Amino acid sequence: MKQGLFTIVENTPLNARYARLVLAGDGSAITAPGQFASLSLPGFFLRRPFSVCDWDAEAMTLVYESAGRGTALLRSLPEGMALDVLSGLGNGFDLSRAGDEPLLVGGGSGASPLLGLCRRLLSEGKRPRVILGFGTREDVILTGDFLALGVSPTVTTEDGSFGIRGFVTAAMELPHSFFYTCGPEAMMRAVARRSPTGGQLSFDARMGCGFGACMGCTRMTVDGPKRVCKDGPVFDKEAIVWDD
Amino acid sequence: MGRLSVSLCGIELDNPVIPASGTFGYGHEFAALYDINCLGSFSFKGTTLQPRFGNPVPRIAEGNAGMLNAVGLQNPGVDAVISRELPKLREVFHKPVIANVSGFSVDEYAQVCAKLDGEEQVGWLEVNISCPNVHGGGMSFGTDPKSAAEVTRAVRAVAKKPVLVKLSPNVTDIVAIAKACEDAGADGLSLINTVMALRIDLKTRRPVLANVTGGLSGPAVFPLALRMVWQVSQAVKIPVVGLGGVSSAEDVIEMLLAGATAVQVGAVNLKNPFVCKEIIEKLPAVMDRYGIENIQDIIGGAHG
Repeated sequence: MKQGLFTIVENTPLNARYARLVLAGDGSAITAPGQFASLSLPGFFLRRPFSVCDWDAEAMTLVYESAGRGTALLRSLPEGMALDVLSGLGNGFDLSRAGDEPLLVGGGSGASPLLGLCRRLLSEGKRPRVILGFGTREDVILTGDFLALGVSPTVTTEDGSFGIRGFVTAAMELPHSFFYTCGPEAMMRAVARRSPTGGQLSFDARMGCGFGACMGCTRMTVDGPKRVCKDGPVFDKEAIVWDD
Repeated sequence: MGRLSVSLCGIELDNPVIPASGTFGYGHEFAALYDINCLGSFSFKGTTLQPRFGNPVPRIAEGNAGMLNAVGLQNPGVDAVISRELPKLREVFHKPVIANVSGFSVDEYAQVCAKLDGEEQVGWLEVNISCPNVHGGGMSFGTDPKSAAEVTRAVRAVAKKPVLVKLSPNVTDIVAIAKACEDAGADGLSLINTVMALRIDLKTRRPVLANVTGGLSGPAVFPLALRMVWQVSQAVKIPVVGLGGVSSAEDVIEMLLAGATAVQVGAVNLKNPFVCKEIIEKLPAVMDRYGIENIQDIIGGAHG
């Protein structure tokens, strides 16, 4: 983890719901896709955690949903503005377990960290397949970014207005060696149930600190209570204890 | 004695800056970022007799200039703290540490304190009778002078180390509770714990926190904490550790002027993990600016 100033070089809407934020700064603390960054926003006491969509040594890209007052303010911040950022937070995805044909399943903004994951899996010679699920056509994001990597994502929409009608599981007949998923918990649970293989799931949580100090985001696992921010946000399928 | 040093219950601190319990874990997350031996001490995560998962999530909400938490004393239990956490802590922190203790009965407080009292690295026991986020324990002991005194007496009877009693602001008369603890043998007092608070989600029309209420901390509560430190330090002879929203070197000076002997820094650690180190580094320049030679000289200085 590193604390540093990052400059906004792009903050543009992708559609009415999601926006892309590109931050220039020292990306060296980021060691794995699926890690997150935590932004200090003017006027708010707590930082806001966001999955890193993709990154290199000089910049990182975040894709965020306008969900509350913090993200509404973030939408309004201009290019050129500097933000105090904690980067390299959380464990990230373990690429060593991917096998040859890993399946990446994202729901909504959960598609974001799968892009950086997909790029790195490709660079390791893997053949990732991607399923992205959204509510409706207007919510669809990042399909062009996956296409630019040479991977054509299968898209599902709940209302059938784009791609396959239904949830991501409707498109899960693809054979795969392992799965990685990020999105709403109900979706990830359905993916984990449907898949016969091992997998990793990336969880969202309301966090206090984002680096393991406050115990604000604890989740029970088969290995006992774990901090989503520090021990996660990525957990192995076998470790998950689902709330019933 | 350096110009930043203070003495708390007979133990000298290199400086009066102490991360508050619940915002610093057992030190490891911060030791990975900087050498935490620059701290005066730190108060580790509240410890109970049995392991506790704590409250359901969400446990965290936000307020203007502060935050609410309802963690509910998640901890691995005193035996695991002694066997697992303290040996690891010794590797990264080489000064006396404050053992923060909570409980659900007078007997539990005494048992946990007795166990931690025997640990070499424990300098002080900090008895938390003020956690607002657990039911049937915690704050229920700290809102009544009689039960506060009862816990204090029970702990005092089993402990050799100095006992600090951590007080709740969620009372009508904090001075009465403070005096009851002093009379029962407390060696010092820490105040304030968090202020019981609430947020409601406008979309769901339900409380944000699964526990409904949580404890407010952060800069929002600093003036309230300062007022209570002012009142209590005038009413008792034992030292007071001031906490509640302290975020800067200036806040540390202000707390000492109000009567605190040392200061704990809480919520702001969660926003800026380097803040305690930064405060310690800035203190000499801030002292110079206000004509303070030695920081211990200003303790209670605002009382005239």
